[in-house]
Amino acid sequence: MRDPDQKPENPEPKREDTTNDSGVSRRDFLKISGISVALPLVAGPQAILAAGQQVPVLGPGKVAMEFTINGETCKASLEPRVTLLDALRDQFDFTGAKRVCDRGECGACTVLMDNKPIYACSVLAIEAQNKPIITVESLMQAGKLHPIQQAFVDHDASQCGFCTPGFVVACKALLDRHAHPTPEEVRHGLSGNFCRCGTYDGIRNAVAQAAAQHVPKDGV
Amino acid sequence: MRPFEYVSPNDKAQAVSSLATTWGKTEILAGGTDLLALMKDDVISPRRLVNIKSIKDLQGISSDAQGMRIGALTTLGDLADDDSIRKNYPALAEAVLEVASPQIRNQATLGGNLCQRPRCWYFRNGFGLLPKDQHGKELVAAGENRYHAILANDGPAKFVSPSTIVPVLIAYGAKIRVEGPKGKRELALEKFFVVPKTEGNREHDLRPNEIVTEVFLPPTQDVEAAHYEVRQKAAFDWPLAVAAVALRMRGTTVQSARVVLGYVAPVPWPSLEAELILTGRPVTEEIAQQAAVAALKDAQPLRHNAYKVQLARVAVKRAILKAASGVAA
Repeated sequence: MRDPDQKPENPEPKREDTTNDSGVSRRDFLKISGISVALPLVAGPQAILAAGQQVPVLGPGKVAMEFTINGETCKASLEPRVTLLDALRDQFDFTGAKRVCDRGECGACTVLMDNKPIYACSVLAIEAQNKPIITVESLMQAGKLHPIQQAFVDHDASQCGFCTPGFVVACKALLDRHAHPTPEEVRHGLSGNFCRCGTYDGIRNAVAQAAAQHVPKDGV
Repeated sequence: MRPFEYVSPNDKAQAVSSLATTWGKTEILAGGTDLLALMKDDVISPRRLVNIKSIKDLQGISSDAQGMRIGALTTLGDLADDDSIRKNYPALAEAVLEVASPQIRNQATLGGNLCQRPRCWYFRNGFGLLPKDQHGKELVAAGENRYHAILANDGPAKFVSPSTIVPVLIAYGAKIRVEGPKGKRELALEKFFVVPKTEGNREHDLRPNEIVTEVFLPPTQDVEAAHYEVRQKAAFDWPLAVAAVALRMRGTTVQSARVVLGYVAPVPWPSLEAELILTGRPVTEEIAQQAAVAALKDAQPLRHNAYKVQLARVAVKRAILKAASGVAA
């Protein structure tokens, strides 16, 4: 382990220039890039020396990433600061998850990651790699609405509809966990999603209908 | 969000070495539910995030005769679902289930919950942890302070400690372990929280290049505990007052008690006054009321938050009665 007392008082985030196989240091690389004007969109591998090990540094420029979204492999080059939500919407055109508060408060961006509901706005895309992501787009199969979606239609469980995709995914997560939820489990399980039109009653009825039908756990 | 570089070390030593020695340059990324919001709002703009989620040592829940070890990366969802937590620390499981929403609990970690930043709206809007205007005038005391501290608010820190589960963890006697370049250190959880005196200080006893690695809970034989939150909303809301109580019983008599308040001070607030009233007595409504009054006797509300004093008393009283309800009279 490096002795912290030997560290400079105000360290730049450190990138040791030792990992570049080309023998070109980072500083040289930047100089060269500066001369040739065009910086590559995807920076070459960098690393820091931490506790005697090379730890790769990704970004702040674009990084090659790969995702599994609704069973499809999706690739893009994104900066580490891009959230999963922005990647879904802007890179892969999965616009079902909505960007409303962008602060993990409203639930409109709810998707499943590792089969659990999460706020896509509050996860970095770079962390969502290698984890199965399920969005509302995958629920409809062969032109037929998922039982939860059908229940939303049947019970008029949306008004403006902006919160609906997040609610539908949250309902699926709830029913995957509690196939026949009590009213209290419904309230608690959907407490992370807001509907400003106030369609909660319709949503609760929709959940009851969907729960009464068979909802397969994995097969979406 | 401003650009940053991203590293994912595989062990604790690498993580510690990847962190800067001063605040502001680097931040630890675990669940990220608080961190990303702070970064989007430009409250903090680190140049590097150190993602610690690949570090296996920080995961898992295990128990032995000494009690329970909970890895800092345990998500709140996994914590609330854990059978041994539900059985041995039911008040903790209940408190964790009340944190935020299912989506947050699936992502947020125990370590992150302990290290989350205050919810003070001045802090969240970029006025700093100890908000002042350009003339050095304190903003909170003169401004909107209905959700701020009613105890220990005579210094520049007027925010309230934001974790809702820390009071019950302290009541159960939790210890926290942190690891830095000089190795491990362990402290009682209540000592982890400090009242910052200057803007450069943080509200945790944590250096910029230390990470929280685990929390330890002692065995709970003969302990009856409870957690009570007063909130405006039934779910997904920050409380106005929190109280957690752990009573070690001998028959129907309280042998020893921990009473810890939350959302009343810049730090979680153990009340020795309330503990003293409970000790050696059976719990009655009158005793619980006396303990609640004692817990708030030093309260100094600000201009808009006097209402919190009574809410905090109610939280203490109800937590005591709830804890004692498990004891056969």
